[in-house]
Amino acid sequence: MDIEYNNAERAFRDEVRAFIAANLPREIADKGRRFERLTRDEMVSWHRTLAAKGWLAMHWPVEYGGPGWSPIQKHIFEEETAEAGAPRLLPFGINMVAPVIMKFGTQAQKDYYLPRILSMEDWWAQGYSEPGAGSDLASLKMRAVRQRDADGEHYLVNGQKTWTTLGQFANMIFVLVRTDPDVKKQEGISFLLVDMNTPGVTVRPLITLDGEHEVNEVFLDDVKVPLDNLVGEENKGWTCAKYLLTFERTGIAGVGISKAALADLKDIARTQRMQGKPLIEQPSFADRIADLEIELMAVEMTNLRTVAAAEAGGMPGAESSFLKIMGTEVRQAISNLYREAAGPYALPFIPEEDEIVGPEFARPASPTYFNLRKLSIFGGSNEIQKNIISKAILGL
Amino acid sequence: MEFTYSDEQRMLKDMVDRVVADQYDFDAREKIVNSETGFSADLWNQFAELGLLGVPFSEAAGGFNGGGAELMVVAEGFGRGLVVEPYLSSVVLSGTFIDAIADDASKAALIEPILSGETRYALACYEAAGRYDPYWIETTAEKSGDGYTLDGAKSVVLNGDTAHKLIVIARSSGDVDSAAGLSAFIVDANSDGVSRRGYPTIDGHRGAEITLDNVKVDGDALLGEEGKAAGALQYAIDRGIVALCAEASGAMEVACDLTLQYLKDRKQFGVPIGSFQALQHRMVEMRMALEKVRSLTLWAACSLDSPEIERRQRLSAAKAMVGKAGRLVAEEAIQLFGGMGMMDESSISHYAKRIVMIDHYLGDREYHMAGLRARLLAAQDAA
Repeated sequence: MDIEYNNAERAFRDEVRAFIAANLPREIADKGRRFERLTRDEMVSWHRTLAAKGWLAMHWPVEYGGPGWSPIQKHIFEEETAEAGAPRLLPFGINMVAPVIMKFGTQAQKDYYLPRILSMEDWWAQGYSEPGAGSDLASLKMRAVRQRDADGEHYLVNGQKTWTTLGQFANMIFVLVRTDPDVKKQEGISFLLVDMNTPGVTVRPLITLDGEHEVNEVFLDDVKVPLDNLVGEENKGWTCAKYLLTFERTGIAGVGISKAALADLKDIARTQRMQGKPLIEQPSFADRIADLEIELMAVEMTNLRTVAAAEAGGMPGAESSFLKIMGTEVRQAISNLYREAAGPYALPFIPEEDEIVGPEFARPASPTYFNLRKLSIFGGSNEIQKNIISKAILGL
Repeated sequence: MEFTYSDEQRMLKDMVDRVVADQYDFDAREKIVNSETGFSADLWNQFAELGLLGVPFSEAAGGFNGGGAELMVVAEGFGRGLVVEPYLSSVVLSGTFIDAIADDASKAALIEPILSGETRYALACYEAAGRYDPYWIETTAEKSGDGYTLDGAKSVVLNGDTAHKLIVIARSSGDVDSAAGLSAFIVDANSDGVSRRGYPTIDGHRGAEITLDNVKVDGDALLGEEGKAAGALQYAIDRGIVALCAEASGAMEVACDLTLQYLKDRKQFGVPIGSFQALQHRMVEMRMALEKVRSLTLWAACSLDSPEIERRQRLSAAKAMVGKAGRLVAEEAIQLFGGMGMMDESSISHYAKRIVMIDHYLGDREYHMAGLRARLLAAQDAA
């Protein structure tokens, strides 16, 4: 029993730190710390920097270009990059579609798509949710019908996807479609890869309550998708969908991001004054910071215990549901206190390009707080996670 | 980083679990709790024979040289069975205090009777006005001749009613809340001037109000140097906090297991009540609370030898979490058991009581939160 990093683990942490210091551009880290949106180019450039080092796809097997890290090394990498303010890696290609292709795809699909994910030649979007299919994902309606015309045989796809994160930047989307409407809902679903430049694909922005354009709706009208773009067997797409949702979720707790956010919050509470005294000297405010510190320590150590179990060969399964709930609850609570720390200056709603009003930290306080309400909704809402735990762990 | 038990730790765990499983079922515990002394002398001797009473002591003291992890393993096992024997008071608090304060030449002789089970100690430290502050000591130690005279009152002394000997913390100098000037004395519990009012506690243990009225002790009753007991006191209390958190973790685990089983067995409206989503989600909250306590207890247990700042933070975090998460588990367990949770004959009610009342030993959530707040402010001054 030893909770400290050993020498090899410490050396690896130092290596990661040194790499970040040398390769993460200052302006990108600053933007990350100020919660500002990155441009497509900035995101792509950080992904390529990591890809060149062989560190982009840390969960991938070595044969496909993964670094061959242990779970503890992965944890160190996630924590160090988050604390340094590095852009969050886009999960849709690396951690979502890639594992599905590796597990269920043809050799041709692996050979074509995987290198393009590493090089960021393809920016992937996720096409799961629909207006009528949220937590009840299997009730999705997007329809794909096999059809033959002058171009040969293909799927003709019609329907709508929604909550497509950063779909405005994507050129590829993986979608769950209904290929058989006459069987049990889970049994008539297929997993298709769609080039978003195909005629009939339309992306429309959805503006969220914080004024941001982060998510989109994607419409497919008579879109022709080659049969070669089917992953796995037709009507077996639910298997792919579930596999994707359970793949490598130890990073789900977001501990590194929360630690950085809490450190920020403490700095702010030390500089902001209320009636002449630093906010941190208000006992009730200090108490709530201390409470969040304890909660975050609990998430951090629970995460480490899960990582260690993974290292020992125990695959994290439904345990990741605990981490998702705990991690998102603490992160939302930190953003709430950050908003409160801004005081009256939580109110001005100033676009990034305009001159700020009040202290600099205050501008993103409320938008970020509202934006992060999403954490307990997406990736399987926290209530769905509780259902999963009830069934898979508690046997209820 | 290594989260698995060593072979020795696993053997220790198996041993504790076996004793508790074989000898500490609900009825056996009820008999012990309701007996005159409130603990079983037979079991105490067994613990001694198995070496459990020597776990936290240094080799110099003749002990097992166990660290926080070993202490955690033992206390967790005791928590699963709601063991009421005076382990915390005699071994963890009094014993490790002596281990920390006495010189190598005398400590083995003092500790041998503790680890053999022959002599039971109680730590008479806290006072009513100081609440959970171990340094708020109004009890005085006046030098008289070669010895000292002790006067004062000690509140809620765990197992103070049956202990053979008391370790009395008294002030020989300094302000009422000062760490400097505290001295420790070994006092025979039946000495002239010592009066004890013993009572049961609501969680099945025993306590005593102890008054010291003109109690004369010899010079060799003084442990360590005069006025310098605070360091050893903190050493012992830190170990006590780890033991309490681990005990809470073990008791919470059983409370969760019992509640889960009840949700599967109890039927209403023709179905197991565990089929209702409202109850399922509450059960998940209980398990999450348990995981948080396990995590922070582990962290605290592995931090007993860490630098002061980290150690204080992790111990206080764990104890404060036990106060919050323990209460959640206890209250939800009673709620999900419904009327049965209210019954003295249901073991769950006894788990709930112990889990909640652990908050009242060695600093409650409020006390440890105040420590963490002070730490935030200290970091402010340093910045």
